[in-house]
Amino acid sequence: MNRITRILFSLFGVLAAWPAQAQNYDGINDPATGWDHLWNEVLIDITVIGVIFGIAAIYMMIRYRAKSPEDVGSAKPLSSARAWGWALIPAAIFMADDFFLSAKGWTLWNAYRQVPENALEIKATAQMYSWEFDYGNGVLADELLVPVGQPVVLRMTSMDVLHSFFLTEFRVKEDVMPGRITYLWFHPREPLETFVTCVEFCGTGHSVMATAVKVLPVDDYTAWMTEAKAEADAEAVADAAGTES
Amino acid sequence: MSTETTTTTTATSRFNIWEWIFTTDHKRIGILYLIGSIAAFIVAGLMALLIRIEQSSPSTLLVDPSEYNVWLYFHGAAMILAFLIPGLTGFAANFFLPLMIGAKDVAFPRINAFSVWLFYGAILLALLSFVIPDGPDIMWTAYPPYSIITEGNTAFYVFTVHLLGFSSILGAVNFLITVIYMRAPGMGWNQLNLFVWTTVAAFVLQLVFIPVLAAAVTLLLFDKYLGTHFFNPDMGGDVLLYQNLFWFYSHPAVYVIFLPAVGILFDIIASMGKNRIFNYKACVYGGIGGIVLITGEVWVHHLYVSGMPDWIRIGQMVTTLLISVPVGLIVLSMWGTLYKASITYNTAMHFTAACFFLVLLGGLTGIPLAMTAITVHLSETSFVHAHFHFIMAMFSTFALFAGIYYWFPKMTGRMAEGVLGRIGFWANMVGVNLAFWPLFIIGVQGMPRRYPNYERFPQFEPYHDVATIGAFIIAVGMACTLINWIYSAFWGEPAPANPWNSKSLEWTHTANPPGPGNFSEDPVLDENWSPYDYEAK
Repeated sequence: MNRITRILFSLFGVLAAWPAQAQNYDGINDPATGWDHLWNEVLIDITVIGVIFGIAAIYMMIRYRAKSPEDVGSAKPLSSARAWGWALIPAAIFMADDFFLSAKGWTLWNAYRQVPENALEIKATAQMYSWEFDYGNGVLADELLVPVGQPVVLRMTSMDVLHSFFLTEFRVKEDVMPGRITYLWFHPREPLETFVTCVEFCGTGHSVMATAVKVLPVDDYTAWMTEAKAEADAEAVADAAGTES
Repeated sequence: MSTETTTTTTATSRFNIWEWIFTTDHKRIGILYLIGSIAAFIVAGLMALLIRIEQSSPSTLLVDPSEYNVWLYFHGAAMILAFLIPGLTGFAANFFLPLMIGAKDVAFPRINAFSVWLFYGAILLALLSFVIPDGPDIMWTAYPPYSIITEGNTAFYVFTVHLLGFSSILGAVNFLITVIYMRAPGMGWNQLNLFVWTTVAAFVLQLVFIPVLAAAVTLLLFDKYLGTHFFNPDMGGDVLLYQNLFWFYSHPAVYVIFLPAVGILFDIIASMGKNRIFNYKACVYGGIGGIVLITGEVWVHHLYVSGMPDWIRIGQMVTTLLISVPVGLIVLSMWGTLYKASITYNTAMHFTAACFFLVLLGGLTGIPLAMTAITVHLSETSFVHAHFHFIMAMFSTFALFAGIYYWFPKMTGRMAEGVLGRIGFWANMVGVNLAFWPLFIIGVQGMPRRYPNYERFPQFEPYHDVATIGAFIIAVGMACTLINWIYSAFWGEPAPANPWNSKSLEWTHTANPPGPGNFSEDPVLDENWSPYDYEAK
């Protein structure tokens, strides 16, 4: 027992020391880069644990095969001190890793929830099975167009059932529901054409509830917005005229 | 000590249907649970194949999405509620727990019979989903408002949950009292089989948490059919209320499945490795007890992107990560029990060995999903889908199958160690890895769940194709396994009294299969007895 105990304990020691040496990152710029960074760290964490335990299992499964049907195992009962040691030390190591990951996760979560002050605010409304984006100046669009370089915050609600706004490229997602307003933000840094999908089951059209998301160069965005604003104003005028007549 | 002799029945004695319908014998009730849960497993497995065929093409291939959604609903609800929970806490607990503690039956045999027939009622109700014109299409989670406004018949879901819940609560009361009061004279708490401990823990969880689920679905029923507004925000209700109530039960339900599965594995490892359990008390009080304590405080990890307040999303990230402490102690005991063992590999031990890897894969991928910020990207993608299939679906199914192989001689008096069983094992093992590894990969890249149509993600088609091939290999494995069991139950080689030379009470003190009353002589145990005492004398 002693040799194996020593080996295992030193492996746990390595495992415990590893996070301390892991690279710290400060000043997360936005959720997407923070996510990629933390994901890689967590992936290393779980791979190390998995490989250690996997190799240990394979080794013991082969090493301790019965030589004859009458053979019995020869593990001795643990002394009281060893039993406590084998409970408390691993528990402390697992807990250390848990708190380490909690701290990292919390830091990144703060980045997810703290919207930059200069963010462009857009209202998103979901319904079976489409999205609508309200720019707050009378412009309504069924596609999400945003300018490069400015953080975007979406204030979201639903007209009917649960939906969920998922933008893979920016690693953001939040449920959209009636009676509550939820939010998420992302920071588009380069021109991009992608799409938003619904990822909370919402009925027969769930898998086709998607719409384009376009990150435009600032000039293109301004041109689009000017045109859309003019159209919206003209419609408002026409509507007002229609109401009067 | 009783001198009363009992007659031993064998699988070949004359079959009488009324004896099975009106039986109060825990062993026959166990077999009834097994038949019902395997039937549910087969139908839900066929749904999985249909789902995989649909996913082999990015566009809609087989049917319109409403039919696909009924398959998803049935697959999820039946696998969890009608296969895994009744298979582990109905079949395995019924048949073996009284034998392991030296009891002649459970404390309330007639209530036990009532439980199993409630379960059959629920299965019938669930199967009617395919017959009625508007089967439930609400996933197994049944989130409002969709479950309220859908034309699908939510009531069938609600009543199925009611029947299963009632059945489980009765079972919980029955088994907890059985373990507390009906252990053989001399059997202390630290001498129980780990399967008995894990079953006790599972039933404690059922007793505490099922009423919450029952309340949640009842409110759903009221909202849909009686015009109340518990989940309608326009009238002062709240849609999130349901999700909280639902997961307050349904996360502990994961451990209702996981714990008995682990218990079965421990008993097999100890018997086939002829070894004592490594650090028994740490496993029982730290591991199993720790899970029971923490599992009620982690449900919000199912709601990480549901607009819950930040403080609870962070708070339950910490509690969820801390689950790794009790689970880690259980894992250490599993691994430790291999140390200096003397392992013989029968089919049960093959499935058990596979579980060591499934628990690593499924368990460790739970760590990123425990972290709120990481889950923001991963939730509702195939990554989650692969994670819970490894840990809950495949791990628990493999453990249950290991248990069925291990106890097959006990149940039938015959061995099931044919080559067909080994083919079944390897097909399952290969199929599972082919079916779910690709889903991890495309999940990280953003493949959403519950999509019959993924034309916007054509790059994922090859991965889905591999997964579909894997699913069919699993189907071959399952078919081999089931055929092997049915064949062996009738025509298998007769089993010796204690084929695995186990020290556990169900092997040392009862016939194969045990007759009415189980024990020809009441077992009396001394303080040094242990079901895991294999030390060379």
